[in-house]
Amino acid sequence: MTDAARPVQQSAPADAPPNLRRLVMPIIVFAGLAIAPWLAQFGTESFLLSLLTRVMVLGLAALSLDLLIGYAGLVSFGHAAFIGIGAYSVGILASHGINGIGLQVVAALAVSAIFAAITGAISLRTRGVYFIMITLAFGQMLFFLATSLAAYGGDDGMNLPSRSLFFGFDPLDNDRMLYYTAFATLGVVYLACRMLVASRFGRVLRGARQNPVRMQAIGFSPYRYQLVLYVIAGMIAALAGVLLANTSEFVSPATMSWQRSGDLIFMVVLGGMGSLHGAIAGAIVFLLAEEVLAGFTEHWHIIFGPLLILCVLYIRGGITPLIERTRR
Amino acid sequence: MSLFLVQMLNGLQFGLILFLIAAGLTLVFGVMDFINLAHGVQYMVGAYLAAMFTALTGNFLFGLLLALPTALAFGLLLEVLVFRKLYDRDHLDQVLATFGVIITLNEAVKILWGAAPLSVPVPDILSGSIPLIGGLRYPVYRIAIIIAGLAVGLLLYLLVNRTKVGMLVRAGASNAPMVSALGVNIRLLFTFVFGFGAMLAGFAGAMVTPILSVEPGMGDNVLILAFVVIVIGGIGSVRGAFLAALLIGVVDTLGRFMAPMLLRAILDPSTASQTGRAIAPMLIYVLMAVTLCIRPAGLFPAKR
Repeated sequence: MTDAARPVQQSAPADAPPNLRRLVMPIIVFAGLAIAPWLAQFGTESFLLSLLTRVMVLGLAALSLDLLIGYAGLVSFGHAAFIGIGAYSVGILASHGINGIGLQVVAALAVSAIFAAITGAISLRTRGVYFIMITLAFGQMLFFLATSLAAYGGDDGMNLPSRSLFFGFDPLDNDRMLYYTAFATLGVVYLACRMLVASRFGRVLRGARQNPVRMQAIGFSPYRYQLVLYVIAGMIAALAGVLLANTSEFVSPATMSWQRSGDLIFMVVLGGMGSLHGAIAGAIVFLLAEEVLAGFTEHWHIIFGPLLILCVLYIRGGITPLIERTRR
Repeated sequence: MSLFLVQMLNGLQFGLILFLIAAGLTLVFGVMDFINLAHGVQYMVGAYLAAMFTALTGNFLFGLLLALPTALAFGLLLEVLVFRKLYDRDHLDQVLATFGVIITLNEAVKILWGAAPLSVPVPDILSGSIPLIGGLRYPVYRIAIIIAGLAVGLLLYLLVNRTKVGMLVRAGASNAPMVSALGVNIRLLFTFVFGFGAMLAGFAGAMVTPILSVEPGMGDNVLILAFVVIVIGGIGSVRGAFLAALLIGVVDTLGRFMAPMLLRAILDPSTASQTGRAIAPMLIYVLMAVTLCIRPAGLFPAKR
């Protein structure tokens, strides 16, 4: 372990200046999100707060997808399923009177870990486009399962009786508290993921992405590492689902539709793959663009779709690298 | 028993519609290694065009005949405007850009024809039903779909296996760079394949207008099913797509019909029908997962 880690430490000082520069964007993103509630009071506060909370929650999900796409080259087209697991853990437990957030989070993490372990073990046997398709298939399976849960709203989804409780108290009923809960979660997960991708574990994954054969030749089994990463990413997305259910106080199969998975991929690509904060920036731009365009016309998709195509065709590498490049 | 036969026929009909969509998708993927999520949109466009021309001419057959070339032209337009720029990109970019095309066209259809579903009457000549065994009857129109689907399947088989273009397409699906190196204009070949696939999907969409409602987003679910079909069948293989489409069509239709019935043997009726409804739509995805697990390249891979 320490032997393998040594070259990492040696190369760190040489990277110092670019590392500093790489810190600027995340600091801007998080500082902006930290002061946003203060700015929101000058507008329609409850609307802005709930919008920004949703932005951070989906940013959290996009961040976990970036672990898969950006660091391991695994394009999962079923990532929204994990958000759904988190949301339904809250919804189903709450409808049985279990409102404590602790138990809901544990359930969400456990179920998502099991689901990720099983589906990941199968999906990771395939490569490239087959991986895209099989993750899509598993996502659709869960989607149809949710639509047939007649006891929990079926197609229409269900309203939550209340937001989750902390030991019997209801701090999350306050929109600002919910906002900062999401903010703190995002911050902690972001830092943890930064550490994860910088670790030996992360380096093995990046190596496996660039040349799996060579990684195997020097004694690593990429499969195991990728499976662990898949489970971690799924659990983070489930955590986002728990927060999403609390934000909208509503759970429905639409949370895990394949279009939502597509949205998440777009957030990651838009923000710039493999930078983590890029995924958050992507979520911010994506959802704000959606909101602004929806303000113009009810047919905002007709503008949004071509914008998406143009982004893919002409902004290669995403907006974060673009901004970082122009600043230099 | 005869109810079972009706469900088998429904499954066959559904499978053939899926085949018409999956055929173009699998060839486009096989020859150009291009994931086209917007293929389902072609199906929707075909349906809308057929509905529009049928309303204009007052005759379903004329509607169908006008819809086909228009769907073809539309497919080629999309190819020139968007898809052509994506061939050299990775799969991720292709998925995203064609995802954008879906969003755009679903909304465009909503603006042009409204969000409410349209319906097209069954043409007089094909209305009514014929008797099956056991006093049950089966609609003539669905029989017509089955016949049309089989005819197109046969035509496609002859085209792919017995003509020069078909030979090039097959060669392109197994090794595109080599075909290109031998002096074949692979771009032109691809434009041909693409237009043909778009027209087949449009044909499928036009054929289902009398039995399904025509609505925005109708291509999305079909698209996912078509992907399941080509993944099970083996990407690039028309034969694989045909067999997998029939398999999926029958499994899905029979699953919805049989799952609640079979479960009734071990569960009480209301739980059985509820669980059955939950399990049935998942069956084909289970089938796909199992196939990929055992044969990661599908049942009849074109590439060797």
